[in-house]
Amino acid sequence: MANIKINLLMNKAKYTSDLGENNCRIYTTGEVITEQKDFMRGHGTYVEDGLIKSSVVGVVRQINKLISVVPLKSKYVGEIGDVVIGRVTEIQKKRWKIDTNSRLDSVLLISSINLPGGELRRRNAEDEQSMRKLLQEEDLLSAEVQNVYVDGSLSLHTRSLKYGKLSQGILISVSPSLIKRRKNHFHNLPCGVSVIIGNNGYIWISPIVNVEIEGQGGFAQSLDAISKSDREAIVRIKNCVQALASCYVMIYDTSITFAYEESLKYEAKELLNHDTMYEIGFNTKLKLMQQE
Amino acid sequence: MAYNALSEAEKVFILHGIQDDFRNDGRSRRDFRPMELQTNVIASACGSARFCIANSDILVGIKPEIDAPFPDKPEEGKIEFHVDCSANALLDFEGRGGEELALEISNCLRITYASPFAFDLKSLCILPKHQCWKLYVDILILQCAGNLYDAISFAVKSAFYNLRIPRVNSALLDGGNVDLVLSDDPSDCDRLDVQSIPILLTICKIGEHCVIDPSIDEEICSSSNIVVGVSRNKIVSLKTISGGSFHPDTIENCIDLAISTAKTLDNTLMNILKHEESLTKSKKNIKCSFLN
Repeated sequence: MANIKINLLMNKAKYTSDLGENNCRIYTTGEVITEQKDFMRGHGTYVEDGLIKSSVVGVVRQINKLISVVPLKSKYVGEIGDVVIGRVTEIQKKRWKIDTNSRLDSVLLISSINLPGGELRRRNAEDEQSMRKLLQEEDLLSAEVQNVYVDGSLSLHTRSLKYGKLSQGILISVSPSLIKRRKNHFHNLPCGVSVIIGNNGYIWISPIVNVEIEGQGGFAQSLDAISKSDREAIVRIKNCVQALASCYVMIYDTSITFAYEESLKYEAKELLNHDTMYEIGFNTKLKLMQQE
Repeated sequence: MAYNALSEAEKVFILHGIQDDFRNDGRSRRDFRPMELQTNVIASACGSARFCIANSDILVGIKPEIDAPFPDKPEEGKIEFHVDCSANALLDFEGRGGEELALEISNCLRITYASPFAFDLKSLCILPKHQCWKLYVDILILQCAGNLYDAISFAVKSAFYNLRIPRVNSALLDGGNVDLVLSDDPSDCDRLDVQSIPILLTICKIGEHCVIDPSIDEEICSSSNIVVGVSRNKIVSLKTISGGSFHPDTIENCIDLAISTAKTLDNTLMNILKHEESLTKSKKNIKCSFLN
């Protein structure tokens, strides 16, 4: 029997976080942030007539005398050392073009990857021609930002066993501002799911793969069927992350684990309903606050 | 239909999930995503509705106009469908990118509504051979997350339920000129019988199995899609989209599946429409504008 549910839009719950601490003000473009002269302007601001004004819609963040505005929704602005997930869009001479949710496509040079099996690259035309064997168009990979060019586009590298081509799993895309910067962005959650939280807002959820055995320099791809229990955990994590994103909760390993625990009383498909999503987001936020 | 890309391993993951009857968002093969509905959203249209299936967001407005009937069908009115794919919905729709899809959808609707079982065009007749109502159905795709055909057909049906045509008090033929007297009272209007208005159901064949309500990722993985128009347990139209072929047995299974699903879906839709009407009647002056 088909499961069919239609709700009324006018009854749709709106997400409100009544947690008290939420009195942050949103600045719009061109709005004066401060009239005092002794501040420095940071990202997302500009100076006009001696006043610091906001150039994006977002919340103000102040570090000592530096004032910057963090946009609510933006493309990814990369920084060196960030972990990102990307999708190959194009193969060019000696480089792959990678979509990383930024304004411009990033590049991955053939010289900044480890060849399978730790083989050294012979700098000849042959290995340039066999680039498609390593990464095809539309393949997903995890990488690290090596360099940021002047136009803001990124150069990536995968010179570590933890980076490389991604196999089976689910990719979800959230706003990059929701990703919390941490020391580690690769997590093996206790529920048997591996999560890579890319700084660019792409999150990769997959079954746990043993890197030492599987990773032939990170370009092996397994197409075997995944067990049902693993699949259920992956889907549940995916729905949880989407619930967190819809409630504007910062996404990192702790918040995902809390949301997962919160969600266990529901079936995975019930997490698609707005009410359930908001409940999980709210409870997670509460738990995170208690922990602090 | 062109959509965002998926790597080979992601496709395999989706395919195995459908074999296990556990899709990428936790649904079974026979489940719809949560749907939302609101009627009377456009003040300037005589009938309007907004319908969402997950993130697929459709806005429909119907405007009537007086026109002369076709000479070969003197007692029938006219319906014209126009679909607009907004570039906000998908980047592929930018420029003229959405035109082909728009034409495909409007043709499918036209064929479905032309069936004598589906819609009684005679109810739109004012004065045989001389005047009839012509309904302009304008469909705007605001967001696309897969399963457009279904979402659009539900939205159109809801808008027809909401449609109020001005009542014609008298129509007289006066020496070749038609003399129409429309009612002065704006609340005095005719409504159409929507029981037999068809709905479209997309059945998506992925691997060996058929699923309903495919998400955008599942549409990429599908080998073929079939759109079945169902009106009161009768098939009124059948159309395959995005290439691919079907085995005759599969088509039969698809049709059975479509008819049984459409029955529940139609009941749910009619119930929620009646429920919404009773709510708005009891609470007069509730202004639910489109934006909030």
